[in-house]
Amino acid sequence: MNVLVYLVPLALALGFLGLAAFLWALKSGQFDDLEGAAWRAISDDDLPEEGKR
Amino acid sequence: MTAAQDLSVFVRRPAAGVEAMDLVVDGVSCGACIVTIERGLGRQEGVRGARVNLASKRVTVEWDEGALEPPTILEKLEALGYPAHPFAAEAADNAESEAEKRLLRCLGVAAFGAMNVMLLSVSLWAGADADPNPATRDLFHWLSALVALPCAAYAGMPFFESAAKSLRARALNMDAPISLAVILALAMSVAQTLAHERQAYFDSAITLLMFLLAGRYLDQRMRRRTRDFAVNLTAIRADRALKLDGDGEARETPVSAIRPGDLVLVRVGERVAVDGMVEDGRSEIDQSLVTGETAPIEVAPGASVYAGTLNLSGALRVRVRKAAGGALIDEVNGLLAKAVEQRSSYVALADRAARLYVPVVHLAALATFVAWLALGASWQQAIVVAITVLIITCPCALGLAVPAVQVVAAGALFRHGLILNSGEALERLAKADTVVFDKTGTLTQPKPVLANAADIAPDDLALAGSLALASKHPLAKAIAEAAGARAPMPAEEFPGQGVVATYRGEALKLGSVAWCETEADAEPVAAAWPDASLIALRRGTRPVVFAVRQALRLDAREAVVDVARGHEVEILSGDREPAVALVARELGVPSYAAGLGPADKIARLRTLAAEGRRVLMVGDGLNDAPALAAAHVSISPVSAAHVAQAHADALFLGEKLRPVVDALRLSAKARRLMLENLWLSAAYNLFAVPLAMAGYVTPLIAAIAMSGSSVVVTLNALRARRAKGEAW
Repeated sequence: MNVLVYLVPLALALGFLGLAAFLWALKSGQFDDLEGAAWRAISDDDLPEEGKR
Repeated sequence: MTAAQDLSVFVRRPAAGVEAMDLVVDGVSCGACIVTIERGLGRQEGVRGARVNLASKRVTVEWDEGALEPPTILEKLEALGYPAHPFAAEAADNAESEAEKRLLRCLGVAAFGAMNVMLLSVSLWAGADADPNPATRDLFHWLSALVALPCAAYAGMPFFESAAKSLRARALNMDAPISLAVILALAMSVAQTLAHERQAYFDSAITLLMFLLAGRYLDQRMRRRTRDFAVNLTAIRADRALKLDGDGEARETPVSAIRPGDLVLVRVGERVAVDGMVEDGRSEIDQSLVTGETAPIEVAPGASVYAGTLNLSGALRVRVRKAAGGALIDEVNGLLAKAVEQRSSYVALADRAARLYVPVVHLAALATFVAWLALGASWQQAIVVAITVLIITCPCALGLAVPAVQVVAAGALFRHGLILNSGEALERLAKADTVVFDKTGTLTQPKPVLANAADIAPDDLALAGSLALASKHPLAKAIAEAAGARAPMPAEEFPGQGVVATYRGEALKLGSVAWCETEADAEPVAAAWPDASLIALRRGTRPVVFAVRQALRLDAREAVVDVARGHEVEILSGDREPAVALVARELGVPSYAAGLGPADKIARLRTLAAEGRRVLMVGDGLNDAPALAAAHVSISPVSAAHVAQAHADALFLGEKLRPVVDALRLSAKARRLMLENLWLSAAYNLFAVPLAMAGYVTPLIAAIAMSGSSVVVTLNALRARRAKGEAW
């Protein structure tokens, strides 16, 4: 049972990490436009201008 | 539109030295649009950045203060191929989106709590609680408490607040028993843990909150989406007026920036954007959107004009009134106030269920407590069992039963072109048994079309068409469109009368019947088309008379027949008798009434209500607004007057009447599903409560039963997506 001493805090810490990530994403507006995000992922605006076509 | 624009009311200052504007952009539909708009605007001198929101079809643009004039942004977007309309977000909209974010935050916290508490609970259920050494079990319970208590305190706030509010108002809603169950479950679990008992309900309390928050979040999101959409529509309708400055220059100004006392110019063929008094100019005004009357009225200095009316023949200068005034508006406002006050208070299905449910459950818990005591149990044990009854009956499924259906059905209606203003409108819509239509603008299209094209020789029509192109008169546009005319004829326009031209040595005159001296020829046409406005063409001496009328919506007949299958149908119009009779005949509606004022319409609705009928009112005019407010439930087309829209329970989009039929059908189905869901929850309780009363419910059973019933109810609600006979 001694394994609990570090497993339980680890599980809680991971959970907190997930929660923090979610709250951060929410705060930075990542859930404001769920449709646009899908399209932005495939737009190649990170390519240099000459590199296109 | 070449007039300068004044958009300063829409400009925000998010930071020092930065200005920003929010725009609704029509036609953004894919990733390419995002790139085009954001890059195109980004290249503009002075623009700091542009961000497209595809879900709400909006763009936010930021620029350095003073670096550019706001209209430049509109021009730039127009040049990119995306006509944009500025709008200013209202406080109410921001509050809605804040509420949505808060629910999502609560949901995240509750989900975190549920996940971690379940982790501990599952190991207990798996056998750790059978461990002869209670130390591990107690440790797990304390850890659960450590996670669950703060999470529930935060995530439960929306319910606790709403329950407190309902208690203060002395009207129990569903949130009161929810809050009670959550708080009792947590308190009892802490007590059990302190007493080294085997059973604690931390997991039940927090998963319950998670399920309910998920339902509530979806509900809120749907509400905000429809609200966003309504705001976009208002922005796209873009009510602007030409404001005359002191120096006599006309500037295109949004109506929201126009103050009483301002002077506004209304050109021929434009809609009047404000209520006011004519100061200068003479014209004919088409008031059909306001009164339902299709015959134009003449106005002269001193006459009142209303927002939404169409200026037909001469430019007017209008002095804006303080509050919308005038006999008609006063009457409508008076009736509206009364109608809203007398509106029968409909009790939503969920609230009725709560009223029935709360006392029953609480009495059951009390009875359990008394019975266990009477049977010789210790009072601690009796309390534990009684609280278990409260927890297991916590209206998780009941809380989801109605909102889940509302969310799904509102989404389905949205896809069919109907926006609901309120969730319970769905229930009222389902109960409607009589449908009352307004004629002008509701059954008919707002745009006039040529009615007697079949009776007119093709070359006459072609000639009239090119002549009509030279005129700004809205009725002339209908003729030009019917003729498919492209090339305007050089012609001289006599404002308010017509146009004159010479074509291959033949003198041509197109204009009002009186001006063309064709009264005799006009009579038979007027008799055949009693609701039409007549325009005459005189070729030399030969007269041709055109009848231009607001035609029925394309699918009006079909839709009305469909509605009539399950409902009584009636037409109540403010227009003249022959015009209404013609439409009623065309649609096959036997009962109609014409020449009704706003008060008459309400009186008719009251009569129907007194006969025990539940009336769905479909109307669009200012004159319909009181009737829309007084009816059991009401729908307006999106082209309706603002007051009418504000008092309708739903809006339908597009040129067709079909959404009204879909609304009736889908709402009937939604109501059926709501009732089904309520019965499902009742059945669940019937099964679970005796178990709980007998003391057989362990935390494991509680978790399975409560989650199971929520899932079943939600799955059943999903069926509202599909109308009968339609594929998924």
